[in-house]
Amino acid sequence: MSSYYRTADSDWYKQRLNGVMLWVMAVFVVLVARLFYLQVIEGGEYRRLSENNCIRLQSLDASRGLIFDRTGKLLVENRPSFDLSIILKDAKPVEETIEKLAEYMNVPVRELMSRISGGNSCLSYKPVLLKRDIGRDVLAAIEVHKFDLPGVIVNVKPIRHYIKKQSAAHLLGYLGEINAKELKRGVYKGCKPGDFIGKFGVEKVYERYLRGERGGRQVEVDVTGQMVRVLKTVETRPGHNILLTIDQELQQKTEELLKGLTGAAAAMNPSTGQVLALVSSPSFDQNAFVTGLSHKQWRDLRDNPAKPMSNKVVQGEYPPASTYKIVTAMACLEEGVIDETTTFFCPGHYRLGNRVFRCWKRGGHGDVDIVKALTESCDVFFYRAGEMLGVDRLAWYAVACGLGAPTGIDLDHEGKGLIPTAAWKKKHFGVPWQRGETLPVAIGQGFNLVTPMQMLVLTSAVANGGIIKKPFLLKSIETVEGTVVYKNQSRNTGKLPFSIETMEIVKKSLWKVANEKEGTAYWHVHINDLDISGKTGTAQVVSRKRGDTAYEEDESKRAEHLKPHAWFVAYAPSEKPEIAIAVIVEHGGHGSSSAGPIAREMIKTYLLKETPPAENLMAERHPGYR
Amino acid sequence: MFDRRLAEYFDWVLLGITMTLGAVGLVILYSALSTGGVFPHMCTKQIIWFSGGLSIMVFSFLFSYKMLDRWGVSIYMFSIIALICVLFFGRHVAGSRRWLVIGPMTVQPSEIAKITIVIILAKYYSKRAIISGFTLRDLVVPLILIAMPFMLIVMQPDLGTALVVVLIAASMTVFVKIEKRLFLSMIVACGVTVPLIWMFFLKGYQKQRILTFLNPDRDPLGAGYHIIQSKIAIGSGMFTGKGFLKGTQNALSFLPEQHTDFILSVLAEEWGFVGSVTVLLLYLLLIGWGVKIAYGCRDSFGTIMSVGITSMIFWQVFINVGMVMGLMPVVGVPLPLISYGGSSVVTTLIGIGILMNVSMRSFIVE
Repeated sequence: MSSYYRTADSDWYKQRLNGVMLWVMAVFVVLVARLFYLQVIEGGEYRRLSENNCIRLQSLDASRGLIFDRTGKLLVENRPSFDLSIILKDAKPVEETIEKLAEYMNVPVRELMSRISGGNSCLSYKPVLLKRDIGRDVLAAIEVHKFDLPGVIVNVKPIRHYIKKQSAAHLLGYLGEINAKELKRGVYKGCKPGDFIGKFGVEKVYERYLRGERGGRQVEVDVTGQMVRVLKTVETRPGHNILLTIDQELQQKTEELLKGLTGAAAAMNPSTGQVLALVSSPSFDQNAFVTGLSHKQWRDLRDNPAKPMSNKVVQGEYPPASTYKIVTAMACLEEGVIDETTTFFCPGHYRLGNRVFRCWKRGGHGDVDIVKALTESCDVFFYRAGEMLGVDRLAWYAVACGLGAPTGIDLDHEGKGLIPTAAWKKKHFGVPWQRGETLPVAIGQGFNLVTPMQMLVLTSAVANGGIIKKPFLLKSIETVEGTVVYKNQSRNTGKLPFSIETMEIVKKSLWKVANEKEGTAYWHVHINDLDISGKTGTAQVVSRKRGDTAYEEDESKRAEHLKPHAWFVAYAPSEKPEIAIAVIVEHGGHGSSSAGPIAREMIKTYLLKETPPAENLMAERHPGYR
Repeated sequence: MFDRRLAEYFDWVLLGITMTLGAVGLVILYSALSTGGVFPHMCTKQIIWFSGGLSIMVFSFLFSYKMLDRWGVSIYMFSIIALICVLFFGRHVAGSRRWLVIGPMTVQPSEIAKITIVIILAKYYSKRAIISGFTLRDLVVPLILIAMPFMLIVMQPDLGTALVVVLIAASMTVFVKIEKRLFLSMIVACGVTVPLIWMFFLKGYQKQRILTFLNPDRDPLGAGYHIIQSKIAIGSGMFTGKGFLKGTQNALSFLPEQHTDFILSVLAEEWGFVGSVTVLLLYLLLIGWGVKIAYGCRDSFGTIMSVGITSMIFWQVFINVGMVMGLMPVVGVPLPLISYGGSSVVTTLIGIGILMNVSMRSFIVE
C-alpha cells in the first residue's frame, strides 16, 4: 500500500509519456487517413470540381409581405423584375459580350462598361449588376441570343408594386436601397448592400414583419456559368402580410376630394382609434422610388413648395384656429370661469388696453352665450372667457386633451405641435407673457400649433364621451398562409378632464354648427339624411396689420399664399358616432366652404355606402392571394 | 555565468524542425498571398515576427526554466490582468476585442494565456503529483486557475483560443493522473448533464448554432461553403499536387482566410498528398521530440511543463488540420508556425524555446 501514495517520480512519468505518445500516433493516423481519402481516393472528383471553380453561392430573396386594407383589398404587391447581371470570369471576351449586350439593350457601351470597371478582379466569379428591371423586349432579345452572351445572366427578383398610383403614398410609404449608415446600425439583420428596405410610412414602421428571411443555394455551374445542379438549399421565409385599418374606398374618395389642393384629411373610428383614411396632398409616385428616381424627379419633389414628400396629417403643424374653441370652451366651463348662462355682448370687436381685437363678424353677434358662441364661432366671447381663464390654465387643459404631444400613431416623424405657456415664452423669447397674447391663443390663432392627427384624436374623444384613443393603422399581421400572428388592439392614452355636463354643452353646440341655420357650417355641411356635428376653423396666415399692402380686406382678392388655412373637424352620427374627421386645406379660405364639404363627402362615403362588403371580401381573399 | 555545457547540449534537432516548418510556412504563405510580381507585404511581416520570436528564444536561454517555477504566480497574474485590460481597452475588430495596442505593437493576451496556463499548472501539479492520482479536493485550485483565463477569453469572444486553453489544461491534468474513481464519475457526470442541459436549458436558436458548429453542412451558405471549398482545394491536389503557385482555388479567392486558418488547404492543393503528409510528419516529429524532452527531464516541473507545451502544439495542429479537412467544427485556430499571424508565431516560438531550455538543462545535474 505504501507504494500507492508514492509521489510521482521520473520512472512513473516515463510510463505515462508512453501512453501520451500512443494517443498522438493514433490521431496522426486518423489525419493521414483522411488526407488519403480526400486526395487520393476522392481526388479525381475534387479535381474536376476545382477545374472550373464551379461551386457558386446564390442568394435567394424572401418575398416581401403584402399590404391590404381593412376589407382585404390588396394595396401593395410584388411584381417580377428582371435584373441583368454579368459574371466577368465566364464572359470571355468581356468587351465583345458587352458590345453585343449594349446593342440589344439599345444603350451606349460606355454606360455598361462603367458598371463593370472598378470591380475587384479577385471577385470575377461574382455577378455584377448591369441593369435592374429590364423591359420585356430587352429580355426577349437576350434570351434569344443567350448562346453568344457567355456569362450573362438574368435574375428574376420580386420588386415592390403599389397598385394604385399615388394612392395612400404617405401612409404606405416606399422602399429604397439600404445605405451604409443603416447597414452599420445592425437593426436590419441579414441585409446586405443593394437590398431594399422600407424607408417611409408603414413600409418602414413594419419593416421587420414585412421583410422575411433570406435564403440561398450552393450550386454547381458549368464552364459558361449555367447552373448544372443544386447542391444545397436554405429555404427563404417570406415576409408577413399586413392588414391595415384603412378603408380603401374612403381613402380613395378622400384623395379625389383633395386633388389639386394642398392639405390633409384623416378619418378614424372614434370608439377604437382605427384610422380609416389618411390623406396628404399633393402626393407622389411611390413606384418611382422603387425603380429609382432620376435626379430631376428627386429635385422636383424636394423643392416643390407644397412639400409632397411630407405627410401633413402627422408632420404638418398648423394654427388650429376656431377648432381650438372646443378646448377653450370646455376649459372655461370646467374651471367655472363661465357657465351655460354666462353671456357676453359682441359688438364685432374687443378692446384691451389700446389694442383692438376683432371678431370675424364685423357687425358683431350681439348677446352671446357659450352655445351660441360655438355655433356661430364668436371670437369676442372667447377673447373674454380666455382672458379670464389665463394662458397657463388653458394650456393645462390643452395638454390634458392630448395636444402638444405626439398622438402615438404608428408612423414616423410625428410632429408634437405647440401649446404656449407663460414659461415657454419666457424661455424662448426672454420676455414675459403679455395679457393681450392670451386672446389670440384662446381662439387658436396665437403661438398654438397642432397636427391634423391631434385634432382628429381630440374630436374623437369629444365624440366618444371623453376617451383619448391612440390612433393606429395596423389591424393585424398574418403569415403567408393566413395565420394571424398579431392582432392589434384599441388603446387609450388618457381621458378628457371634463365633466359629462361640460361635454354635453359642447356636443350640443357642435351639433348646431351643422344643423341650425345660424351654425357656421350649416350651408356647406348639412344634409338631410345624416346627422353631423363639427367645428369650422379659419386660420389666418398673417396677422391683420395695417399698412400691409399685400393684405387685401376682401378675401377673394387676396394673394393665394396669404389666404387663410381652412379647418373642419367633425363626427357622425352625432349619437353613437362611427367616424371622426379632421380636414385642413392650406390657403383654402373659409373652413366652412372649403374644408366642410370634403368632410361631408367623406362621411357620406363611409356611412352611406351599400352593405359593407368587408366580410365577403375577407372570405374571397384567401384562395386567390399569394 | 554562462555555462559552456549549455552550448554543448544545445538541441539542434528541435531548432532544425522549427526552422524547417517556418520555412515551409513562408513558402505556402507566399503562394497564398502572391498576386504575381511583388513580394507580399504580409510575408515580410511574418519573417519579422519569426525573427523576433527566435530572438526572444535565444535570450531566454540565459535563464534556467526553473525561474518560471519561481515566477509562476506573477506571470499568471500578469496574464490575467492583460486579459482583463483587453476587455476594456482592446481594439474592436469584427465584433470582438482581442488585441491590446502597446505603442507600435499589438499583442493578443489570449495567446500569452496559453503559455501561462502551462506554467501555472506545471507549478501546481509538480508539487503535489502522486501515483494514485488527484482527488476532487486537489483539483479545486487548478479548476479556478483554468476557469479565470477561460472565462475572460470567452468574453472577448475568442472561442477557438478558449477551447485550446481548456484542452491544454485537460491534457496536463490527465497526464498527472486523476484518481480512477473520480475520473470515471466525471465522465458519467458529463454524460448525464449534457443531455439535460440540451433538453431543458438551451433555446432553439442556441441548439441550432451548436448543431451548425458541429456539422457545418447545416449552414451551406456560411461555414459549409468554406468547408466545401477547402475540401475541393485539398482533394484537387491529388497525389502530387498542382505545383507551386498553381493552386486555382486559392488564386481566385475561393478559400476563406487562406493565409491564416485555411493555409493547409493551399499547401494540400499545390503539393498534394506527398507534401501534406510531409508537413504532418514534421509536426509529428516536433510533438514526438517534445515528448522525448519530457522523457529526459529529471524534475517534475520540467516534465509537466514540457508535456503542456507539446500538448499546445498538438491540439492546434489537430484542430486546424481536422477543420480544413471537414473532420472538425469550424473553429478559428491557427496552424502553429505556418499560419500568418504574429501572436501565434511568437507564442509558439516561446513555447519551443521553453522546450529547448528544458532539453539543454536536463543534462546538468545541479
